[in-house]
Amino acid sequence: MAVARTGITPGTRYQPITGRPAFVWAFLDAMVLARRSVLRTLRAPELIVFVAIQPVMFVLLFRYVFGGAIQVPGGQYVNYLMPGIFVQTVAFGGVITGIGLAEDMHQGLIDRFRSLPMSSSAVVSGRTVADLARNGFTVAIMLIVGFLVGFRPQGTIFEFMLGILVLMGISFAFSWISAFIGLAVRSVEAAQSGGFIWMFPLTFASSAFVPVKTMPSWLQPFAEHNPVTVLSDALRGLFHVNPALTTADTRWALIQSVVWIAAILAVFIPLAVIKYRNSTSR
Amino acid sequence: MNGHPIYAEGLVKNYGRVRALDGLDLQVEEGSLLALLGPNGAGKTTAVRIFTTLLKPDAGRATVAGYDVTREPDRIKSHIGLAGQSAAIDEYLTGVENLEMIGRLYHLSAHDARRRALELLVQFDLTDAANRMAKTYSGGMRRRLDLAASLVILPPVLFLDEPTSGLDPRSRRQMWGVISSLVAEGSTILLTTQYLEEADELASRIAVVDSGRVIAEGTSDDLKTRVGGDRIEVAVARNADLSHAADVARRHLSGEVTIDGAQRRLSGPSADGTSQLASLVRDFDAAGIEITDLQLHRPSLDDVFLTLTGHEAEREKTVESGRGLTRRAS
Repeated sequence: MAVARTGITPGTRYQPITGRPAFVWAFLDAMVLARRSVLRTLRAPELIVFVAIQPVMFVLLFRYVFGGAIQVPGGQYVNYLMPGIFVQTVAFGGVITGIGLAEDMHQGLIDRFRSLPMSSSAVVSGRTVADLARNGFTVAIMLIVGFLVGFRPQGTIFEFMLGILVLMGISFAFSWISAFIGLAVRSVEAAQSGGFIWMFPLTFASSAFVPVKTMPSWLQPFAEHNPVTVLSDALRGLFHVNPALTTADTRWALIQSVVWIAAILAVFIPLAVIKYRNSTSR
Repeated sequence: MNGHPIYAEGLVKNYGRVRALDGLDLQVEEGSLLALLGPNGAGKTTAVRIFTTLLKPDAGRATVAGYDVTREPDRIKSHIGLAGQSAAIDEYLTGVENLEMIGRLYHLSAHDARRRALELLVQFDLTDAANRMAKTYSGGMRRRLDLAASLVILPPVLFLDEPTSGLDPRSRRQMWGVISSLVAEGSTILLTTQYLEEADELASRIAVVDSGRVIAEGTSDDLKTRVGGDRIEVAVARNADLSHAADVARRHLSGEVTIDGAQRRLSGPSADGTSQLASLVRDFDAAGIEITDLQLHRPSLDDVFLTLTGHEAEREKTVESGRGLTRRAS
C-alpha cells in the first residue's frame, strides 16, 4: 500500500530576526497575540453584549431608576454617576481577561505557543493589551450614551484626557488581577465566578454610585480607600462634575489612583507571568 | 552529545502517584521517522511533551537537535515543530492569519511570515479556504492547517502526536501522503499513533510503548515476525469438506493450520496475504469446496500487545494528571 506523495516540497526557509533584546520581543510578541485577541472579539458576536450593551444598560438603569431617589450634594446625579460607572465598567470588563485566559489554557493552541521560541509573558500580556483596547472602546460608547442622558464634563481638554488615561490605567491593572485569577483557577467557570464575586463589594462599597458619607461608619474606612472610590473621585475632579471636591481633593485622589494602579501592576504582572510559566513546565 | 536528533535515556515522569514514563529509552536517526506505537495511557504524549519542552522529566535525560531539554529548552524551540492531538489552531482566525501569527511568533519578519503562510496554504491545498475562519474547516482541513503551522520555519525535527486520530479514512490517507513527503525531504520525525497500520505505512522504525517504557523496537517487519504476520481465515459450508479444505490450505499457508470443527473454520499464517488469498480461492473452487467466509487478518495493535505483553491494549485507560491542565497523558 504505497501512499501517493503529495506535492509537499520543503518550500522556502526564511531566517528569523535575531539580535533584538528580550524586552523588545516581549513587546512584539505581545502585540502579535493582542491582535489575535482583538480579531477574536470582533468575530465572536456574543462578546459584543459585554463590550457594548452591558455598560449602556448600567448607565440607563442607574440614571433613570435610582437617579430620582439618590441625592448628591450640590449637583446633578447624572454628573456624579457617570465617572463611577466608567470605573465600575472597566473593573467588570477586566474579568473577561481571566475568563479568556482560562479558556486558552484548555486549548491545544497553548501547547503550540509554549513550544515556540516566543516570549513566555506574551500570552498573558497580549491578552491584557487587547482587553485594554476593548475597554477603551467600551468607555467611548459610554461617553456617548452619557452625553445623551445629560452628562456634561467641564474643565479643560487636558484634564479630560488625563481622566481617560487614569481610567485606562486602572482598566489595565484590573485585567492583570483577573489574568492571575484566570491562570490560578484553571477552569472557565471558576474564572467567571472567581472573577466577578469580589467585583460587587469592590464597586458597590465605594463612591461610584453614592457618596461614602451616606454609608455606615464601619464601612466608610474600606469605601474611602477603595481604588474604585479614589478613581471615581479623581475622574469627578478632573471632569469638574462634583462641586464638593476641591482642587486639593482631586489632586490627592489622583495621586492615590496612580499609586493603586502602579501597586496592582507591580504585584500582579510578575504573579501572573510566573503562574503562566509554572503551568508551562509541569 | 550524540548524533541522534531525538534522543532519550531513562526518562521518568510521574503525575501524582501515576507513573506515566518509567525509564523510556529512545533514539531517532537523522532523516527518519520513528513511530511510537501504543494505547492511550502508554506515555506517548508525555514523551512528546518532554521532547518539546512543555514538561520537565523527573529523571533521565533527553536531547533534541543536540540540546538538552531541561538545560537548553529555548534553543530547542527554534529547531522543532509540534502538531498535537487536538488541532492547535485558533478557530476564530482565518487560515492565513493562523499561519502568519505562528510565523511572527517564530520571529520571522511580517513580510516573510506572510509569504511563508501563503506558500504553505498552497502546498497544503488550503488556498480556497485561506480567508475563512478555521472553525468552518473540516476535520481533515484543520489537521492540515495544524501540520502546516508546525512547518512554518521548516524545522529539522518534527513531533507529530497522533496526527490522524479522529480523521476519516480519506483524510488519513491524505495526511499520510504529506508526512511521507516530509520524510522524503529529510525531516526527522517522531510520530505517535495507536494504529499499527499507520506505523507500518510511515515509519522506518517502530517503538512499541506500554506503561511508560519501550517494550519492543524494530522495523515493521521485525515486529510482524514477532507477532506472526497476517492470518487467513476460511469457513466452509459443509462439515465433510473441512479436512480436505485443510489439506488445500496447508499447501498455501506458511505455517500451522488450526481447525475449528464446530464453526467449520480453519486459519493459518500467511506470508503474503492478498496473492495467497486469490490462489486459495482458485484451489477451493477447483476442488469443489464451497466456502461461506474468507478473511485476511492483519495483526492489529491488540495482536502486537497480546504477543509482546500478554495483555490487551487498554484503549480506554486514561491517566489523570496531578494538575488540571492535561486532559490525557497518553
